[in-house]
Amino acid sequence: MTIANESPTSLFDKLWERHVVVEETAEAPAVLYIDLHLIHEVTSPQAFSVLAERGLKVRRPDRTFGTLDHSTPTLPANDRGELPYATPEAKSQVERLIENCEEHGVELLNMGDPRRGIVHVIGPELGLTQPGKTIVCGDSHTSTHGAFGALAFGIGTTEVGHVLATQCVLQRKPKSMRVIFDGALPEGVGAKDMALAMIAQIGADGGQGYAIEFAGEAVRALSMDGRMTLCNMSIEAGARFGMVAPDETTFEWLHGRDFTPKGLAWNEALADWSELKSELGAHFDKEVHVDASTIRPMITFGVSPDAAAPVDAIAPEPHSEAEKHAADYMKFEAGKPFHDAAVDRVFIGSCTNSRLSDLREAAQVMRGRKVKDGVIALIVPGSVAVKQAAEAEKLHEIFLAAGAEWREPGCSMCIAMNGDSGNPGELVVSTSNRNFIGRQGKGVRTVLASPATAAASAIEGRITDPRPYLFAKESA
Amino acid sequence: MSFDPIKTLTSRTVVLTQENIDTDQIIPARFLTTTTKEGLGASAFFDWRYDEDGRPKNSSVFNGVNPETHKILVAGSNFGCGSSREHAPWALSDFGFRAVISSDIADIFKSNAQKNGLLPVEVDEETHKKLLASPGAEVTIDLESCEVTFGDGEKGSFPIEAFARRCLLDGVDPLGHLINQMPAIEDYERQ
Ligand code: SF4
Repeated sequence: MTIANESPTSLFDKLWERHVVVEETAEAPAVLYIDLHLIHEVTSPQAFSVLAERGLKVRRPDRTFGTLDHSTPTLPANDRGELPYATPEAKSQVERLIENCEEHGVELLNMGDPRRGIVHVIGPELGLTQPGKTIVCGDSHTSTHGAFGALAFGIGTTEVGHVLATQCVLQRKPKSMRVIFDGALPEGVGAKDMALAMIAQIGADGGQGYAIEFAGEAVRALSMDGRMTLCNMSIEAGARFGMVAPDETTFEWLHGRDFTPKGLAWNEALADWSELKSELGAHFDKEVHVDASTIRPMITFGVSPDAAAPVDAIAPEPHSEAEKHAADYMKFEAGKPFHDAAVDRVFIGSCTNSRLSDLREAAQVMRGRKVKDGVIALIVPGSVAVKQAAEAEKLHEIFLAAGAEWREPGCSMCIAMNGDSGNPGELVVSTSNRNFIGRQGKGVRTVLASPATAAASAIEGRITDPRPYLFAKESA
Repeated sequence: MSFDPIKTLTSRTVVLTQENIDTDQIIPARFLTTTTKEGLGASAFFDWRYDEDGRPKNSSVFNGVNPETHKILVAGSNFGCGSSREHAPWALSDFGFRAVISSDIADIFKSNAQKNGLLPVEVDEETHKKLLASPGAEVTIDLESCEVTFGDGEKGSFPIEAFARRCLLDGVDPLGHLINQMPAIEDYERQ
């Protein structure tokens, strides 16, 4: 017993241990307690139906929180106050969540609520997301919340039902991996570039079965927004969990938010949260080093997020069948610079890159410039709060003056099930997280990139290295 | 919730050799506005099965597949990656599949499939290669012995998490198991 207690533990071990209700055995997974359950309209209706079938109630409405984001339109209501839903089904899905939340006493950020936004943006923004919590959502990018030192992971709809009914999930403890970003990031390179560089290095299934802790100098130096971007992309490396140990940056960011502890309770929380880090010598099943100092602005050129390369590189020769298939779809000519590729559309948004700092980054590139003729640029803030903060800084004026569209918050073109999508064959530079075939509309070719790269690509109408734009601003 | 228990399954295979088949391929997001689980089979692999005008593609391996005789889907590695949408296993089950075989199946998809009576089978490289090379082959999956057997008698074994296996054999979703843990859950909440 004593020996076990003395062996150094990892952040992940600590988070796990704190939430085990029933230990796992050879026969059954652990019963893990969930502190916060976030729900949205797409992955919850069938779970509520199971509750109804079985005559069950939501066990802890106080630990459940709903938002509307995936199917919601990003264009404003018409004069009659009607929102332009893409389909009647989308509208009825939204209405279903409203009914379900009313029936079960779950707080919902309805349309028109000034706190509404993309589930992974509003959780942290409201201070619902906190270090040490277990957080689940029927959404694979729930790993985003791990940026705060929370154990956060995506679940399926059946499990959404489990959590609604019992506040627990059945889960075997995954293996642990530490990804260490050594050195400092070069100027003009950010968290999205780090994420894509890492995924290119370890592969789209490199994190399969692991909980990842991100560490190292470059991670410590990231803002909370940057850490969220990095943890968000864990699932694109196959890992359900991604996390960063909380520190001063985390605490400062959380202080004074709606749901964070206040007064004495805040000090107690801080004392507790400060314990949440991996001890020296803690065991990890796998350790990966990424050299942060050599990362350049990154883009993807294939149909899986690990097909990523520096934006100023040339398109590689495809080798495997899969690479040939991807190259046929994406139409990048081998041996030609990516910069040669003409861009049809740019999307700046999604739970990966729709926070205030992302919009500032895009605005820095677009300020005083024009989006290339014929290019459609969509800028979609992650939440109403982000939208208001951006407007207070007049960022929207920069975007509008550049000829970009400034929309209402939502998932928008990240998932293209809400009326926002590209047309077949179009090349879209997008700050979202998935370049899968058809993700942004049938036949759409998606290139993932940072907000700066997306903005620079909108200006030039080609896939563009944002660094000259970022540096030009510095010296101006 | 319950589904038909699986003990052994003998059926022909449909083979998709591609790696990293994500859940957006299995069911595109535009079909996710449903509020039920039923009928999603019609949307399974929709953009692989139908052309721009909604006509069946001749090139699709799904073309002419009889769901009665082809209940096993064999796919390249990292099958089911991407979005956590449970609509993916719902769609495959509704289409008629009872099992998916790959060398490695993404975590969330695997977990979702298990809860819906769709058996995820992760075989070794050699067995995987043989399966990929023989579309339409008749194979038997035995969940009691955790083995895949080819027509020529050759076998490959597969690991599967014990609890998920039990649920699949019994045809039950684990909610009942969780509800039985309620006293422990209440104790935990009191600490
Ligand atoms: S923005 Fe995209 S990835 Fe994020 S929750 Fe919405 S659909 Fe999912």
